[in-house]
Amino acid sequence: MAVAAGQSGGKSPSATELSPGSAELIQPEDLVKALGSAKRPTLLYVGPRFLYSQAHIPGAEFIGSAADTEFMDKLRQRVSTLPRNSMIVLYCGCCPWEHCPNIRPAYKELQKMGFKSVNALYLAASFGTNWVEKGYPVEKENSGR
Amino acid sequence: MKKLGIAIAAVGLLVALWAGFYRRNSPRATTAYAAAPALTLVDLGGAKIETAGFQGKVVLINFWAAWCTPCAEEIPRLVALQDKYRAAGFQAIGISMEDKESALRDFYRQYKMNYPVVIGNQKIAQEFGGILGLPTTFLVGRDGRIRAKYSGLVDFPAVEQEIMALLRTGS
Repeated sequence: MAVAAGQSGGKSPSATELSPGSAELIQPEDLVKALGSAKRPTLLYVGPRFLYSQAHIPGAEFIGSAADTEFMDKLRQRVSTLPRNSMIVLYCGCCPWEHCPNIRPAYKELQKMGFKSVNALYLAASFGTNWVEKGYPVEKENSGR
Repeated sequence: MKKLGIAIAAVGLLVALWAGFYRRNSPRATTAYAAAPALTLVDLGGAKIETAGFQGKVVLINFWAAWCTPCAEEIPRLVALQDKYRAAGFQAIGISMEDKESALRDFYRQYKMNYPVVIGNQKIAQEFGGILGLPTTFLVGRDGRIRAKYSGLVDFPAVEQEIMALLRTGS
C-alpha cells in the first residue's frame, strides 16, 4: 500500500520525531504511486512560499510554513471539515530533514486533531535534491512574488 | 579532385568530432562554468548592489532564511570568512528567502553580519537556476563565472580551500 496508515495517537516517540525509516513517513516513489491511484491522498504543502512558487508536487495545496502561527491556523482550518480517517500527506522540503521547522509541528497538529492516516513525505536533503532532481513530476505556480 | 574533396571533408569531420569530445570531457574547459547572473539588488540598508561590479573578486552567494536552522549555523562562519579574506578580494552576499521580513533585521544585527544581505524573490532564484532548498551557496570566481554550487550545509574547510585557490588565480 502506497500510503500507510499513520501510527495514530501520537504515543510512539517517533511519531513527533519523524525519524528516517519510521512508519509515519512516505518515500517519494511511494507517493508518486499513491497520487496516481484511485485513493489519492490529500496533499498539503506546509513550507515557505518561495519554494512552492518555483516548483511543487502537482495537486499540492499551499498552506504555508507550519512553524508560523498564521499558517498553522490555516492548516487547522483546511482540515477541519475532513473526516478523521482521511488520507493526508504533508510535505515541506525547505531544508535538510532533521532541521525542517515545519513538518513536525504540522504532523503533530494533525495527530492532535485526531487524524488517523497522516504521512509526512521524507525528503532527506531538500525538495530540489530528493524530488525535482530525481525527475518526479512538478508544476509551477503561475504568479511570482 | 573529387577524392581529395571527400578526404578533406572526412578529416574536417574527424577534427570536429574530436573537438566536440574534448570540450565535453575537459575539466578545464571554460564553458563548464556558467556566468553568474548580472543583477541589480538592494540590500537591507537600501544600498544598490550591482553584482557585475564584483567582477575581479571572488564572490560567495548564500541563499538562506532567518528561520532556517542550518542556515543560521553557517552565518558566523560566513562572517569569519568575510573578515579574513576581505582584503584579498573576497565578498560574501546573502540572499534571504523570507516569507516575512520581520525577523530578518533582528537576525542581521544579532549575528553582526558584515556583508550585504538582500531580500530574495522568485525572479532572483530563477536567475540562479532555481533555489529548491536552503541553504544553497554559489562560489563565483574573479572572472564572474560560477565555480561551485553547494546544496545544503557547506563543508567550510573545503570551501575555504576553494576560496583561497580562487583568490590566488585570475579566475
